[in-house]
Amino acid sequence: MKKVYVKEEVCVGCRLCEVYCITSHSKYKDVLKAYKLETQRPTPRIVIEENKPVSFSLQCRHCDDAPCVKSCITGAMQKDPLTGVVTCDTDKCVGCWTCVLVCEFGAIIRDVNNKVASKCDLCAEAGEPACVKNCPNEALVYSEGGISV
Amino acid sequence: MSLSYLTPEFKVLRDYDKCINCKVCMRQCSFEVHSYDEHLDKMISNDMNCVNCQRCVVLCPTQALTIIKHPQTFKEHANWTYDAIRDIYRQAETGGVLLSSMGNDRPYPVYWDKIVINASQVTNPSIDPLREPMELRVYIGRKPDKIEIDENLNVKTKMPPQLKLETPIMFSAMSYGSISYNAHAALARAAEELGILYNTGEGGLHKDFRKYGKNTIVQVASGRFGVDREYLNTAAAIEIKIGQGAKPGIGGHLPGEKVSEDISATRMIPPGSDAISPAPHHDIYSIEDLAQLIYSLKEATDYQKPVGVKIAAVNNVAAIASGIARAGADYIAIDGFRGGTGAAPKRIRDNVGIPIEFAIAAVDARLRSEGIRHTISLVAAGSIRNSADIVKAIALGADAVYIATAALIALGCHMCQKCHTGKCNWGIATQDPNLVKRLNPEIGYKRLVNLVQAWSHEIKEMLGGMGINDIESLKGNRLMLRGIGMTQKELDILGILAAGE
Amino acid sequence: MLKEGYVRIPSGCAISGIIDRTGRLFSGQSITDSIATMHDRSNGLGGGFAAYGIYPDFKDYFAFHVFYDDLIAKQETENILKANYIVALEEKIPTRKTAHIKNAPLIYRYFAIPKPEKLKLSELDENEFTIKFVFNINSNIPGAYVFSSGKNMGVFKAVGYPEDVANFYKLESYKGYMWLAHGRFPTNTPGWWGGAHPFNLLNISVVHNGELSSYDTNRKYLEEFGYICTLQTDTEVAAYIFDLLLRRHGLPIELACKVVASPLWKQVERMSPKEKILYTNLKIIYGRALLNGPFSMIIAYEDGFVAINDRIKLRPLTAAKKGDMIYVASEESAIRQVCKNPESVWIPRGGEPVIAELIRDNEKEMYSTKEVTA
Repeated sequence: MKKVYVKEEVCVGCRLCEVYCITSHSKYKDVLKAYKLETQRPTPRIVIEENKPVSFSLQCRHCDDAPCVKSCITGAMQKDPLTGVVTCDTDKCVGCWTCVLVCEFGAIIRDVNNKVASKCDLCAEAGEPACVKNCPNEALVYSEGGISV
Repeated sequence: MSLSYLTPEFKVLRDYDKCINCKVCMRQCSFEVHSYDEHLDKMISNDMNCVNCQRCVVLCPTQALTIIKHPQTFKEHANWTYDAIRDIYRQAETGGVLLSSMGNDRPYPVYWDKIVINASQVTNPSIDPLREPMELRVYIGRKPDKIEIDENLNVKTKMPPQLKLETPIMFSAMSYGSISYNAHAALARAAEELGILYNTGEGGLHKDFRKYGKNTIVQVASGRFGVDREYLNTAAAIEIKIGQGAKPGIGGHLPGEKVSEDISATRMIPPGSDAISPAPHHDIYSIEDLAQLIYSLKEATDYQKPVGVKIAAVNNVAAIASGIARAGADYIAIDGFRGGTGAAPKRIRDNVGIPIEFAIAAVDARLRSEGIRHTISLVAAGSIRNSADIVKAIALGADAVYIATAALIALGCHMCQKCHTGKCNWGIATQDPNLVKRLNPEIGYKRLVNLVQAWSHEIKEMLGGMGINDIESLKGNRLMLRGIGMTQKELDILGILAAGE
Repeated sequence: MLKEGYVRIPSGCAISGIIDRTGRLFSGQSITDSIATMHDRSNGLGGGFAAYGIYPDFKDYFAFHVFYDDLIAKQETENILKANYIVALEEKIPTRKTAHIKNAPLIYRYFAIPKPEKLKLSELDENEFTIKFVFNINSNIPGAYVFSSGKNMGVFKAVGYPEDVANFYKLESYKGYMWLAHGRFPTNTPGWWGGAHPFNLLNISVVHNGELSSYDTNRKYLEEFGYICTLQTDTEVAAYIFDLLLRRHGLPIELACKVVASPLWKQVERMSPKEKILYTNLKIIYGRALLNGPFSMIIAYEDGFVAINDRIKLRPLTAAKKGDMIYVASEESAIRQVCKNPESVWIPRGGEPVIAELIRDNEKEMYSTKEVTA
């Protein structure tokens, strides 16, 4: 399946991926409005790791045998059998954070405002992940089968 | 420390209606202009540090930032200008030589902009390059006077080594050290894709880039950094660097703190040691010494590679070039006084040397009058800004041009002239690993390829307009040029007529 | 207004050439009839002819045809001529008064050979010696202009329509084995006789229809080899390039044609390894000798002529053959006017030369049929 890969050697650590991740999951889908009008901005669904000069954004790997899905106590965490995308149904999620605990990559974020798990859904609605689309240095790649370094 | 009299040169205008406190500007500014104030819950700016490189402006997701020239002025004075006063403050504070980067930024006349190009009307059909063949290939190297063939049409002439360029443009010398690894990676790859050459400058050839050897000119400069037999034999050509347009007559200095492990290995000097290029080559105090070095390099490479000589355009450039031609060089590169640099004393950058337009015209005329122009190649450098400049340079007598500043601009350079600080926010003129990674060579090489291809298309269009279908027929074709707003003396030196003549 | 030579004047033109490859002599009437057919291609501001084989009695002498503005120019020229040459015959070139040719200069011809002691002193061969003499007169004596300097051949030219020029010079009374003709349409009115075609140096004569965009490049290249371009015409430059390639560099005519209308790099890439080396070398060495821009031209030398177009054929050129007669002209009508039933008529492609030489034992085939069109 197509996943987001990172070329950390050209990640500039600007965190625009985060800005656009928030925007993409906001009500208005517009940077200004998302930040200025929404009293409760969405929690970003990516994690940015930084230990200069190394930096990169990390998002759900949509594992084949996903531990988060297995360990979910309510069945909120599901892997789509067709697309392979792992998503969290926030209506079912009770915020027990088991998924956060078992994720080997640390790619699931606590949305403390809503007390639900927040994770990358590959911007299912937009078609292309917003972080990839807006990375200023093409450090993020949305591709089938990874990247060659 | 006592009070500095300097005031900010630029002013950061932040539209707080648009600022979302995302801190992208803060993270991107190596000069530490932007910061977040917790108490105010606002981004604030320190104008004093701003160099107007516009990295923050370009990356701001809401276009909240504008950088303007600071409105603060001195009492108006035609003689004691803003720069004149500030330079004195700076020197009074530091006691040092003023450093600057990139090319001469003073308002000298730009002669390219006083020259216009001809086109055909009626008596001569213009040629559409999209429908008719149009040849831009040139060969750089020494040419025999005539061809020798036997009765069976076998060629007996021994052709000296040539550099084949698919378009008359090369990337000029920029050393690894003055620019980043990623910048070199982009230049080398673009040169390969375009069928042209890039030039390592005097900083040696990184082992990763040896695979681009056939598209590489290696320099032998006064510091001899990175020069060994393998270096010479890997390249397609060797260039002896005598001078540089931005700083004729002086050497170079890469401070020890920039000499990383990688640069130390490439330059073949200990890590952390200053890399000093002396002003002259200490084995070249005269023209006959140059001839010895040329032939030493030819011996070392078995006469398989062209050996060129690069000089800065100075008063006596024509005679010097003639001497170089007779000393055995295969090509001469001439760098005009607007040529760029990674660091130069500001006074030298702004006051020493002559414009490339005059230098090329004078050298071409001199070599022609000696009957040796057709035997050697001339490369013009020192602020070629667009394809029209190239057409004019070749019509004045060049065989090809070198571009460097234009290439860096294609890679993202915003001409803030702060290369010498090593803090280039665009990842070009820096060795800071945090900054170098900002230049993605994958993107960079494509931008360079795009630029050179776009210029090549434009050159073809202009050639077609003149009724020419081979760049060879533009060389020295000064009748295709006319001058506007020049004195008769200037026209005479350029060897062109005034518009209307 | 500046005289031609001080200013460049682009022109359009008609050209025509006829050769009898057996060397049989025929009168100037045919070439006159041929060029007259294309009257509309010229505008009365220049016409001329080159005739080969017309001076058999003086075939070892250089035949100098000279225009003089006045007797002072004549005197000065003759002083130099007679100091350096043995003059076998000097005379006014016979002309006929006609209504259409006006303002004629003094027109003289001299049959001369260099004085042996002068030649020896100069350490030149007689051709180089004569070129120097011609350049000297043309650039240093105001009002004198040597417009023909070959052996057993002569150029006749004037300001006027070509058929009037032929009448003026009584060309029907000359017999030659090869004739070239030219009618000129300059884009302003210089009214100078020297500016008319053909252009001649030693035995090379050129008639040319076109405008060289590469003029200044070619000119500067030639100047490096000592040529002085006094006329600022494309034809002069073309003539000198052929002189350089054929006489001084010893290239066969076929290869000289491949220099002035060189194959494209794309075509060179497709050639056999041997040809590739040859053409790559030619293009690298002689890039500045490429004649670029629209032209059709006929270059005559003592063995014959070659007619050639620029490599993308921007000017007209037609050729025809009947027996040993070869015809070339801007338009087919000009050939059919003097050759009712040609065996073949063809339009040469761009850069593809038509080479017509006097019949000799070994014919050169290899390059005359080579495809070079884009």
